Amino acid sequence: MASSITPPNTFEPAGGPGTMSIGARSRGLSASRIGDGIFKYATLLFALGIAALVVIIIVSMAQNSTLSVARFGWSFLTKTNWDPVHEQFGAGAFVYGTVVSSILALIFAVPVSIGIAVFLVEQAPRRLSYPTSFLVQLLAAIPSVVYGMWAVFVLAPLLRTYIYPAIQKAFGFLPIFQGPANGLGLMTAGLILAIMIVPIVTAVSTDVLRAVSNSLREAAYAMGATKWEVTKVVLGAARSGISGAVILGLGRAIGETMAVTMVIGNRPEISEKLFGPSYTISAAIANEFTEATSELYRHSLVELGLILFLITFVINMLARLLVWTVTRGEGRSHH
Amino acid sequence: MLKMPSAFRLVIPVVLLLCAGLAISGCDNASTNNSGSSEVRLQGAGATFPNPLYQKWFSEYNKTHPNLKFDYQSIGSGGGIKQISSNTVDFAGSDATLTDQQLKEAPGELLHIPSVMGAVVMTYNIPTAGNATLKFSGDTIAGIYLGNIKKWNDPKIAADNPGVKLPADDITVVSRSDGSGTTFVFTDYLSKVSPEWKDKVGTGTSVKWPVGVSAKGSEGVTGQVKQSPNSIGYVELIYAEQNKLPYADVKNAAGQFVKPSMQTVTNAAAGAASTIPADLRVSITDAPGQDAYPISTFTYFLVYKDQKDKDKGKALVDFLWWATHDGQKMATDLIYAPLPAEVVQKDEEKIKSITSSGSPLYKG
Repeated sequence: MASSITPPNTFEPAGGPGTMSIGARSRGLSASRIGDGIFKYATLLFALGIAALVVIIIVSMAQNSTLSVARFGWSFLTKTNWDPVHEQFGAGAFVYGTVVSSILALIFAVPVSIGIAVFLVEQAPRRLSYPTSFLVQLLAAIPSVVYGMWAVFVLAPLLRTYIYPAIQKAFGFLPIFQGPANGLGLMTAGLILAIMIVPIVTAVSTDVLRAVSNSLREAAYAMGATKWEVTKVVLGAARSGISGAVILGLGRAIGETMAVTMVIGNRPEISEKLFGPSYTISAAIANEFTEATSELYRHSLVELGLILFLITFVINMLARLLVWTVTRGEGRSHH
Repeated sequence: MLKMPSAFRLVIPVVLLLCAGLAISGCDNASTNNSGSSEVRLQGAGATFPNPLYQKWFSEYNKTHPNLKFDYQSIGSGGGIKQISSNTVDFAGSDATLTDQQLKEAPGELLHIPSVMGAVVMTYNIPTAGNATLKFSGDTIAGIYLGNIKKWNDPKIAADNPGVKLPADDITVVSRSDGSGTTFVFTDYLSKVSPEWKDKVGTGTSVKWPVGVSAKGSEGVTGQVKQSPNSIGYVELIYAEQNKLPYADVKNAAGQFVKPSMQTVTNAAAGAASTIPADLRVSITDAPGQDAYPISTFTYFLVYKDQKDKDKGKALVDFLWWATHDGQKMATDLIYAPLPAEVVQKDEEKIKSITSSGSPLYKG
């Protein structure tokens, strides 16, 4: 997947580098050229190596979670009690926190990201689009722990002192905004995640919008459409590709650890209160793995990891599928 | 200007770097070989709490024993126990003592050797009280962490703190989210002073907190307390000191409110000394003694009684002796409490009992 934001008006082949490499394999392997053969099998080996690695990871995680699987079975997924002292483990609260914080992140990040992508592709003059895309990419380069520190020392106090009280004053009748708001919680985690996934969603959306055929824009303009109407047409055509971008962002938000654990309050419980503390799967693993002394405890944490792995795996597959659909359908064909 | 294909321009610096790396590691190997069998490398892993002091000890000890190299990874007490039990390290550090089960599962007899002491303090941020030193009984602390005491002006808190302006606001309870020895000591103390705590929550490096938010690491807890008005948290003494946060006097078993300090922590060990069992596995929270601070702890070295490698074993035994004697003088600089004489004496017995193929390693 092309994750760079190229300047407007330079069309990049749909799908970006990487996706077509397998397709080019059948051409020109002459028997006399041993080098080509070696090259082919070497690259094949690398490719298989990665696939094998994924399998090995899944298998070893499954092996290291047998105790908790045997003890708790399927109820591990739904139970919310996480009590290391009494050896009661359930992933429910962590799954809830992971999913809700990621969805919140999408709610904040997606409109902004699509807005930036539309601006870069449809609106911005070259001299403005370069610095904009540079700044967006800069966000992606900041280490997660730095986001976390910033969130703890700047974002959380700001939210606690000004934003949350204001929201509670205006919308306090809604249960989701009730309860004590000390700055650490689901909402803060969602906000910091949103900032972190804006770059990836923007980058992929930009690529997808560029893949929309220019003839579509020209046709719309020829019909006398305004810029806004043309943008609507382009967005409509890029719909499934943008969904792919959103799902990639979701995948990233779900796996994020460091920044989240610093602001989410780390409390494994299911509560509808968005300003209250919660906990995510990855944060729990990072926090508790080093001091998990009993075997059942360790196996439960590994099983949490397995659940997270499967969630992100499915989400990434969905994203690939959607992006593949759009690039095959609307990009210029390479076949 | 010489023209090169671009790939080569990239390759050359990489190759040079690799060569440099090889050269450096080569030197290292060479020096190891030159010094022959006299170089000993001791591997350790475990508790993070004593890590700053251990690093200081290693570097100081290395000055007089240049052939001895230490490698201590502060991965947490749990990790340390795991590694020593699977024989991948020569010694481990741990804040928690091993359970009978863990001792039985270890491949050899493991000794607990107290190395130094620390205190867990109650730190708080109450804007209306400023820097006033609060007083808490164990019952009150348990009440706050159980969620039974919800507001700062609760009569239970107010009764012990006449004259302090306590607000009618909710208490923001902060705990550690990552598994830690600090949490172990704190919950061990609460289990001793509150039957309800023992029943509902219990003792552990991670527990199910009835209320509040959890922050990652001691820095996380201090940061959270510092920023949240009307909050309370528990951290090791050094973190409260460094962050200039106020910390409370805590009521001990003798009914006195005691300020946490290196002296009162050492007092706790001295107070508990008469009841320390032969294997030195003991919790010194809520220890007897007029001036004993109740939330105090030992941190331990874990070593095998029977050392497989004689050279390593000898080096380890000499180091342990030094750490529990000369090393104690460095503890106070880094705000760790030194061991009282009674405990050093018990350490001596343990160190003298370490053997390799049947013969004791400590020669005096």
